[in-house]
Amino acid sequence: MSQDYHQMWSDLGLDLDAHDALLDVLSKAYGDIYLSQNHRPETMQYFDFVMSEVHGLRIKELLDEKEQGRKIIGSYCVFVPEEIVLAANATLIGLCSGADFATEEVEQFLPRNTCALIKSSFGFKLGKVCPYLESADLVVGENTCDGKKKAYETLNDLVKNLYVMDLPQVKSNQGRKLLKSEYYRFKTEVENLTGKTITTDALKKGIQIVNNKRKAIHRLSNLRRSNPSPISGLDALLTNQVFFYDNPERFTDSVNKICDELEQRIKQKIGVFPESTPRILLSGCPMAVPNWKLPWIIESSGAVIVGEESCVGERGVRNLTNDSVNTVDELMEAIIDRYFKIDCALFTPNPDRLNHIKEMVEAYTVDGVIHYGLQFCQPYIMESIPVEKVLEKNSIPILRVETDYSMEDVGQLKTRIEAFIEQLK
Amino acid sequence: MRCAGIDIGSRTIEIVITEKSKIVDCRQTETGYDPLMQTKKLLKGLSYDRIMATGYGRNLVEIEFDSPTVTEIKAYAIGAKELFPAVTTVLDIGGQDCKVIALFDNGKIKKFEMNDRCAAGTGKFLEVMANTLGFDINEFGDHALSAKKDIQINSMCTVFAESEVISLISKGQSRNDIALGLHKSVARRTISMLKRVTTNGMIVFAGGVAKNPCMRDLLAKLLEQVIYVPENPQTVGAYGASLLAQEKM
Ligand code: SF4
Ligand code: SF4
Repeated sequence: MSQDYHQMWSDLGLDLDAHDALLDVLSKAYGDIYLSQNHRPETMQYFDFVMSEVHGLRIKELLDEKEQGRKIIGSYCVFVPEEIVLAANATLIGLCSGADFATEEVEQFLPRNTCALIKSSFGFKLGKVCPYLESADLVVGENTCDGKKKAYETLNDLVKNLYVMDLPQVKSNQGRKLLKSEYYRFKTEVENLTGKTITTDALKKGIQIVNNKRKAIHRLSNLRRSNPSPISGLDALLTNQVFFYDNPERFTDSVNKICDELEQRIKQKIGVFPESTPRILLSGCPMAVPNWKLPWIIESSGAVIVGEESCVGERGVRNLTNDSVNTVDELMEAIIDRYFKIDCALFTPNPDRLNHIKEMVEAYTVDGVIHYGLQFCQPYIMESIPVEKVLEKNSIPILRVETDYSMEDVGQLKTRIEAFIEQLK
Repeated sequence: MRCAGIDIGSRTIEIVITEKSKIVDCRQTETGYDPLMQTKKLLKGLSYDRIMATGYGRNLVEIEFDSPTVTEIKAYAIGAKELFPAVTTVLDIGGQDCKVIALFDNGKIKKFEMNDRCAAGTGKFLEVMANTLGFDINEFGDHALSAKKDIQINSMCTVFAESEVISLISKGQSRNDIALGLHKSVARRTISMLKRVTTNGMIVFAGGVAKNPCMRDLLAKLLEQVIYVPENPQTVGAYGASLLAQEKM
């Protein structure tokens, strides 16, 4: 890190010792997993920098913006519309985390068989190690899976400014109505928080900024269709993860720079792995920073990940919001339409996700699918079985993996994944 | 050409040396706490042109002996296919894991399942239970076969099953009957894993647990089909690895 931020962290109320320990682990993991990769695109250096400053410079920027009166809103799900937040001149930050922390304290609040994603949000709060959470003026939870729904009831006592958004579970007219009324309620909440009324121009601008981020990721994804793949799955995942933290415009520029470099690489047939490397699609639960375990095992076992069917990936960014209409209400409708298409496993039934997986297999010339279910995540683990059936029927090899954030199963996972990759060769 | 296959499992290490597909030498030892040292000892005095490692400790050998590696899943598939050309499903129950591998006609792997991190349904489970009952693991199966009565054991978790066994002993149940109940619970779990993959066609049962006569018997009875067991079920992985070394340059 370029500067000593301890004063800033202590002002935010972080536990400095615990936080130092966390940063040590994070930077070690980043070094082992990311910096040790071969043939990385040079433009990834920007993301190395972002990661090295993820609790430093970026927090300082946010706090400086706060000083100017800008509000910060934190969220745990891709259903929270960033367009609305930006239109009210506020900043949206993803709060999900991919590391276990303060596990013993967490288990005083949550049963052991809660998924690691939920446990880790509690751990970061209880352990006082997340500067994003502590900087947020509003924290948005959502009624998605049962685990999260009930967890927010408890989190409410720990986080003063928690706001819970209700979400539909069925893609029906009533479902859409619910989403609509919840998005309007959220709009009012954000307007009250910021004291700004959202105008057509501001909302349009917000949509364009978010669409540009998404388009940059689309461009990156398209380049990953090439063989040899010009970028590793780990690096592409990192880009998708940073999507939730970085300043949107700067993020868009940086991703486009990577794409410029990748286009050159493709012309010269430069890849991160040889052309014969089996190509994997990862599908399932979202992977938040620093949850790199599975992609790291896959890519160090002789395969390359060419796509993520995940909320930190294509499920989260694939649809754009229509910005060609001209009133706030019409733009709100466009936002609702866009988000109502998200095919999260909490919806019942959820055929779109299955179709999307099949589409991705074709689009990225995938050799095999690895389905990632976070242990105790009912929605995705349940869906993994029909996903497996459909893919097998289409003769597409699939491996279902259930794991969490701990490292104790790495040996076994490695055996299973290596065997799966041997099977693809 | 003489090729060595070495399988470093959680309990035992096996080495098989082949010439073409014929086994010319075969050795086994306990893994112990220092698998690398054990491997070196085992290899002492053996001559071979190429080596291939498999098993959970394969990466140890990879560095030390500059040996290529293969997962035990592929090694078992290749070994079983050579021994039983008509095989369609390989069941391997070893010290710490249980695997089911389905093969295409050409011997390629179609699909596989493997237990997750817990010891339920593995050799380790049987070993802990044999200990609790005071039986030698090598005779555990024979004792179970001489049971007179069916006792249902409900827990598959090693820890809970142990307390269940202790409470059955204190109720005066015979040790042989309890042993059968334990074998049955492992067999049921194995069958459900087999069914998730496939039970059609010829099933070959390998790994250390395949030496247990009661397990072989129960699987055959419950599945109503013949279960084929290689002469040396623990060496199938090492054999497969050495065959692969023959092929590979
Ligand atoms: S998986 Fe579902 S609940 Fe989780 S972030 Fe995505 S949409 Fe939200
Ligand atoms: S991973 Fe699954 S269980 Fe965990 S929060 Fe997401 S949907 Fe819920």
